[in-house]
Amino acid sequence: MSVQQWTFLLVGVTFSLYLFVAFRARVKDTRGFYVAGRGVPAIANGMATAADWMSAASFLGMAGTISLLGYAGGVYLMGWTGGFVLLALLLAPYLRKFGRFTVPDFVGDRFESSAARLVALVCALFISFTYVAGQMRGVGIVFARFLEVDVTLGVVIGMALVFIYATLGGMKGITYTQVAQYWVLICAFVIPVVAVSYQLTGQPVPQLGMGSELPAATGGQRLLDTLNTIHKDLGFLSYTEAFTGKWDRINVFCTTLALMVGTAGLPHVIVRFYTVKNVQAARWSGFWALLFISVLYLTAPATAAFARYYVIDSINGKVESELPSWYQTWSKIGLLVWLDDGDGKLAYRGPAYKADNELFRIGKLSTTEFADIKVEHQKWLDSEGANGSDGRVVMTEKNLAGPDADILVLAMPEMANLAAWIIALVAAGGLAAALSTASGLLLVISSSIAHDLYYRMLRPQATEAQRLSLSRKAIGVAVVIAGVVGIYPPGFVAEVVAFAFGLAASSFFPVLVLGIFSVRVGTVPAIAGMVCGIGFTATYILSTVYFGGSRWCFGIGPQGIGTIGMVVNFAVALSLTPFCKPPSEAVRALVSRIRAPEDDEESAGNPPAAH
Amino acid sequence: MSAATDPSANDEGAVKDPDIDAAHARHWRRSIRLTVVLLVVWAIAGLGCGVWFAAELNEVTFLGFPLGFWFAQQGAIATFVVLILIYALTMRRYDRRLAAELAAIKTEERRS
Repeated sequence: MSVQQWTFLLVGVTFSLYLFVAFRARVKDTRGFYVAGRGVPAIANGMATAADWMSAASFLGMAGTISLLGYAGGVYLMGWTGGFVLLALLLAPYLRKFGRFTVPDFVGDRFESSAARLVALVCALFISFTYVAGQMRGVGIVFARFLEVDVTLGVVIGMALVFIYATLGGMKGITYTQVAQYWVLICAFVIPVVAVSYQLTGQPVPQLGMGSELPAATGGQRLLDTLNTIHKDLGFLSYTEAFTGKWDRINVFCTTLALMVGTAGLPHVIVRFYTVKNVQAARWSGFWALLFISVLYLTAPATAAFARYYVIDSINGKVESELPSWYQTWSKIGLLVWLDDGDGKLAYRGPAYKADNELFRIGKLSTTEFADIKVEHQKWLDSEGANGSDGRVVMTEKNLAGPDADILVLAMPEMANLAAWIIALVAAGGLAAALSTASGLLLVISSSIAHDLYYRMLRPQATEAQRLSLSRKAIGVAVVIAGVVGIYPPGFVAEVVAFAFGLAASSFFPVLVLGIFSVRVGTVPAIAGMVCGIGFTATYILSTVYFGGSRWCFGIGPQGIGTIGMVVNFAVALSLTPFCKPPSEAVRALVSRIRAPEDDEESAGNPPAAH
Repeated sequence: MSAATDPSANDEGAVKDPDIDAAHARHWRRSIRLTVVLLVVWAIAGLGCGVWFAAELNEVTFLGFPLGFWFAQQGAIATFVVLILIYALTMRRYDRRLAAELAAIKTEERRS
């Protein structure tokens, strides 16, 4: 069977599985719809959280990014896992004990203010929409690459599937579908790397293989030392050395911390802890979630190192006829392109020798734009520099040197000549990663609109049936918007997703921590803190990224500024507190109630009296 | 009693019995202590070994990796998983201890 037949088969089987699971888990009330009836076992919730968390970007992009960054790639690894420690220790058990449906619920009740609820609601919607657009795009791209259908058709198929299982089963349907998606995506990620590790180093455990020696035929040195040597020879920054290039100590520190704190403040992750039975189960599902996530995150650095070695080894210095088949596959769609200097050999070089580099990616250029560059380049070659223009200079100026990061995970099985079914499995895994994250986000959007905005703020007298029907409609509208943004992506989407973490770090996290660990912080300091934190972060990001402002704050880049925003938020809230009114008696009672571990069965169905 | 006016002793609430309050306050103090200790380890493993001292630790080789690089891409993540496990196990013990204390208070009251 060919790769494409295998892909159709595996995608068909996994999609049927998701629909079957969702049909079995369909629900009839809002409690089932928002929080899966609070009956999800901790271990299943852990798997669902893991699938929810690991997006198309984690699955396809992260290992590739690490591969290109080396040591600094650890920023993403530590940032996106370290946040779960904060979440499990500081937020999850207490928010579960609080026992409502959403994050704005807690902010509104704890700080006794509709304004605070509204600020939280807007943040939740903004973060979720930027995220979900990227996921839909990911679904479309996987379809386009593996099944050769149009990106638009791919997005529409993805939209239809998510719509069916999210409206049918709400949180319950999504949770159990995500459990199935976890297994698909983790197998798809790990199996190829184990095979590659064994081929390359004779060590089947990738985490150890990464530190092992290469066979004598290829030098017999340790893989990481070999990579460092190759990098040095070709003009790249060292693979293992810390703090190279623009990733200096302060930026690595601030970006790591901003990603950690931002992870703990993301509404679609927090809301998962509302679905379990009690406080105990919330703590355990934090553990299971990180354990399941760490399977991918501990494997990704190995994927990155192996792929880095293979990519350089199999294409650098080769002539056209020696290039591997995966090179042909991916160069067809522009993930990597070769602009030769006339010697017929492909030279892949790093920043130190950037004038000699011949390997690029098309990136956001349209096919016609790139075709023009290619024509000019050919003219330049034929006239020996008299006419046309050197395409390599043009591409380097456009920041398009080197292959696209997405290629590495997708091309890994092909690089190692693995079987067709494994390549197809990777396609199914990429789809599982994108769909599971998209569905979790859509539910947050739906509950923000139907629960926080409509029921809690506009029409408190709405009946159960009205709310449930509105929730389903809200998912429908959100799916369509996400799909449209996925088909026609505005240029800023990718950047905005990275900034969502900074915004979550500087808004939600401090307010939630203060709400739980202090009884003294009241309405005014909390709102002032949120507004100052998010205001500072957003202003800094906008001014440095879009208006070319200087990085006046210790030279920190826009990705790391959330750390300072968080400090601002804490500082403003705590320094205003002594001058402001303490919270009411009812809120004090609410806080002591969420700190006490028992009485879960009693409080699970009954909202607290505190408002 | 002073707990009602002192904002730092905040386990005040619907519960009226001072013994029960004291038991809850002890449980809260124990959870805070555990949380602080675990977060210190979290910061040392991730932000300390993985980031701040990575360049210095890279001089040492561990399992074929430069140590700072290993912490950033493997060690910190493994530590995080273990930290949450310790938290869940210890808190389960603390919860049981609180339940036992509360049960003892109730039997005491019934007797008197």
